[in-house]
Amino acid sequence: MKPNLILHVIAKFIIPLILLFALYVQFHGDFGPGGGFQAGVIFSAAIILYSLVFGLENAEKIIPHHWLRILASLGVVIYAGVGIESLFLGGNYLDYTFLGSNQIAGQHLGILLVELGVGITVASAMLILFFAFAGRGRE
Amino acid sequence: MEFFIGHYNYWVVIILMMVGLYTVISRGNLVKKIIGLNIFQVSVFFLYISLGTVEGGAAPIIAEGVKVYSNPLPHVLILTAIVVGVATTALALALVVRIKETYGTIEEDEIHNLDHSL
Amino acid sequence: MIDVVVDIILLTFLATTSIAIMRINNLFAIVMLFGIFSLLSAGLFVVMDAPDVAFTEAAVGAGISTVLMLATLALVKRKKEPYYDEAPQTHTAWLPLIVVIVTGSALVYGTWDIPSFGSPDAPSQTHVARFYLENSMLDTGVPNTVTAVLASYRGFDTLGEVTVIFTAAVAVLLLIGGKRPKPALKAKDEEGQDEA
Repeated sequence: MKPNLILHVIAKFIIPLILLFALYVQFHGDFGPGGGFQAGVIFSAAIILYSLVFGLENAEKIIPHHWLRILASLGVVIYAGVGIESLFLGGNYLDYTFLGSNQIAGQHLGILLVELGVGITVASAMLILFFAFAGRGRE
Repeated sequence: MEFFIGHYNYWVVIILMMVGLYTVISRGNLVKKIIGLNIFQVSVFFLYISLGTVEGGAAPIIAEGVKVYSNPLPHVLILTAIVVGVATTALALALVVRIKETYGTIEEDEIHNLDHSL
Repeated sequence: MIDVVVDIILLTFLATTSIAIMRINNLFAIVMLFGIFSLLSAGLFVVMDAPDVAFTEAAVGAGISTVLMLATLALVKRKKEPYYDEAPQTHTAWLPLIVVIVTGSALVYGTWDIPSFGSPDAPSQTHVARFYLENSMLDTGVPNTVTAVLASYRGFDTLGEVTVIFTAAVAVLLLIGGKRPKPALKAKDEEGQDEA
């Protein structure tokens, strides 16, 4: 593919902003619109943009496939692990009240961790899907 | 007129639903069938969000001085359904890719003929 | 009043786009129209006071799923021109049309009993919605009720959804991860079909 100067410059400028916005959506989801699902999708959109502009091989150097598989499982493990942690601390499964010193603090920590798990799984699952489809075209 | 405004959302939802259904059952191309399914899916999203809307309501983010909020529960259900929807769509597209690699076509009639000519 | 006007205009656009998607034969054009369809839906979700959903629909529908469909089209296109056209319809599909019209009429008849759009005393607004809006700030301290319901009240549900996404990714990897195989049988099949 012939490199296109305009695409390269704009992509280099805009990809960090998209990643930053994804992190904002992830961690500001308690107070404004946003959360793990949206942040994960936006994060993966930034990397998909990178691989569309700079080529699939370069994108695979940033995030190798085995990492993606580990991360996709890690998100579910974080989510389920928060539930089990609250079981050990004396609550029901996924009852975050006992995670912190009082109910509000516990709920805050629990929601933050759970949304982080969602974000990691969604971002890496979307990237797995994209790389599977895009990689299939190569002989 | 009031009846029209109050029910226009639901009628468009039904139009979208029927367009999706018609595309799924009348077209032979597998990719087009999947897009029809997606239109059907989006129409269900609209049904839920329309049911949750309150006249003069704000987005369900608690703030000072706001009295009326729209219903947060449909938002939660649809938010997760959209992301799950794209994952299942990708699964369907992956099946289409495998069908193309095995049969060499994605038209239902041609696949049917190939199956019977063997 | 202005949001009702915007709502009706966007819904009309949406219905028109969906009918265009149904009628066009070129798959490439269909996928592009589907991206527009998703963007219009995201706009409508904003009008209906659902910014979280609009966010997701804009990123997923107009972004990821369009890219995935384009990648699929690149894999399933024909060998020669026209690359992306679907096969012409051999007959008019009267039976599906009748089924769709009958079902649609029944559904429209059903809307007569639905409370009108945005009415605050509809049954859907009077049960759990009020509970969530009144208690979420006290229970969780999170102003965004959608996040509170998603991660705390209905946390087990969301765990299931995340698992579904994970499973779909695993299934796609099993189906088309890795390189494309080149069996001899497949090549022979395709040649036979080209001759026919």
